[in-house]
Amino acid sequence: MVERAVRGLRVVGHRVVNSVWRLGYASRFFSLTLLKSATSFRRFHLTIKEIYFTGVLSLIIIIVSGLFVGMVLGLQGYETLQKYGSAEAVGTLVALSLTRELGPVVAALLFASRAGSAMTAEIGLMKATEQIAAMEMMAVDPIARVIGPRFWGGVISMPLLAAMFSAVGVFGGYLITVVLIGVDEGAFWSQMQNAVDFRQDIVNGVIKSVVFGVAVTAIALFEGYDAPPTAEGVSGATTRTVVTSSLAILGLDFVLTAFMFRGA
Amino acid sequence: MENLVEVKDVSFTYDVRPVLQRINMTVPRGKVVTIMGLSGCGKTTLLRLIAGWLKPTAGEVRVAGRATHELTHDEIYEMRRKMGMLFQFGALFTDMSVFDNVAFPLREHTGLPESMIRDLVMMKLHAVGLRGVHRRMPAELSGGMQRRVALARAIALDPLLIMYDEPFTALDPISFSAIGHVIRRLNDTLGATSIVVTHDVQETLPIVDYVYFMSDGAVVAQGTPDDIRNSREPFVHQFVWGEIDGPMAFHYPGAPYREELRLEPAHG
Ligand SMILES: Nc1ncnc2c1ncn2[C@@H]1O[C@H](COP(=O)(O)OP(=O)(O)O)[C@@H](O)[C@H]1O
Ligand SMILES: [Mg+2]
Repeated sequence: MVERAVRGLRVVGHRVVNSVWRLGYASRFFSLTLLKSATSFRRFHLTIKEIYFTGVLSLIIIIVSGLFVGMVLGLQGYETLQKYGSAEAVGTLVALSLTRELGPVVAALLFASRAGSAMTAEIGLMKATEQIAAMEMMAVDPIARVIGPRFWGGVISMPLLAAMFSAVGVFGGYLITVVLIGVDEGAFWSQMQNAVDFRQDIVNGVIKSVVFGVAVTAIALFEGYDAPPTAEGVSGATTRTVVTSSLAILGLDFVLTAFMFRGA
Repeated sequence: MENLVEVKDVSFTYDVRPVLQRINMTVPRGKVVTIMGLSGCGKTTLLRLIAGWLKPTAGEVRVAGRATHELTHDEIYEMRRKMGMLFQFGALFTDMSVFDNVAFPLREHTGLPESMIRDLVMMKLHAVGLRGVHRRMPAELSGGMQRRVALARAIALDPLLIMYDEPFTALDPISFSAIGHVIRRLNDTLGATSIVVTHDVQETLPIVDYVYFMSDGAVVAQGTPDDIRNSREPFVHQFVWGEIDGPMAFHYPGAPYREELRLEPAHG
């Protein structure tokens, strides 16, 4: 009985120590990535290659999702607004929802499941097949050469993808409400232009997506780097990347929104 | 400096399990030295100690006269530029072509113009007999060819010390002797020093100058290939002639076999 309690306690203690140790390891990994970023900018073509890869990987899914989210927003918004006789405000509604929330958040969730998981799997496999070790043996620092460019590539492409998502979404809203339902086109655009504030809405949306980009790529790269060098290890890490970064996005979004749009 | 690598009384422990115990070894300049032993006896660990990747728990490893555990991170990297390591499975970068793999260390460490890099890469690929595949991706090559490309990459910077981690495993007989000859030829033409880790005795003895036998993390026998062939030590005899019965156990230590088969729960 006592023995069992002691064993249970030991398991709990082991878990706690492990998590704290992993957190410390992750922080160290993240600071090293930042410290060794010089390579990513000095040899910017390495970073451009990663922007291209993450961008290409995510572009189709971002465009298609953006279009549909915008169309749904248009439909729902029109249904509600026309009851109050202000159907033209639907442009404002679509644009604000996208730039403030849905653009950064949904684009980041898609980015995590598409590009983030691919990054984890790639790094995990590079480690499992000793490519990282081989680099280390050739006196090339893998954090500077492999991790850094992927990190900055992700951080740079995330806001671009979010902007793409919002732009396509606004176009989707326009298609449904103006082209299909017949809301007045002039009012749709002019109300949108009046209501969307550059500083308050666009800049805040961009800040959000940069923060999400940092979180997703940092999590994805760490999970890949830390993955046990086996098939199960890499697949487990890939799953963890998607789950952890999705939760991180939603949690960070709440915090950022609370700071940004308080009383606005 | 007579010896390029000196391993003095080195012990090493991962976490708590001792892997190497008081190893002594010297690798003279210009020679091909082989380390033989069964899987899991600590050969790869020893190579990693020599490369300054792991630090000895006790004792010291000296490369070109300097103790690796006293070097800073930058000095270790400086040292590794003069080392080439062939990994057990090649470890080629799967997202780069054969050409770019071999060019990788040149592009990272030299400011050479692309035209010169091209010539160097072609020379290295020629040395391993694979100039014709420089455009292919690693996945399009057989295991033996991948290992030869990896060898071309390992010697791209003309290293002073080349380390081979089980270069012969899972090779067909032709690739086998091809790699064997390449190892000897590279060592002699580059004026390098080589360490070959392997458990293929018969095929390795003809190409090496000196042999160390390891078992359970300790050096148990050493000598020139002729000493080894003529050795009467039961240990060496067992290894050289591939006998199952002998001082080296085929079975990893475990619970007694009969007890294990009774299928009783471990903790009653
Ligand atoms: N990273 C590690 N952590 C803990 N134990 C390890 C690690 N790498 C190897 N070992 C253990 O050390 C021993 C020697 O391994 P290794 O040097 O790879 O042997 P060899 O190359 O001779 O087959 C093995 O028993 C192995 O299980
Ligand atoms: Mg090994």
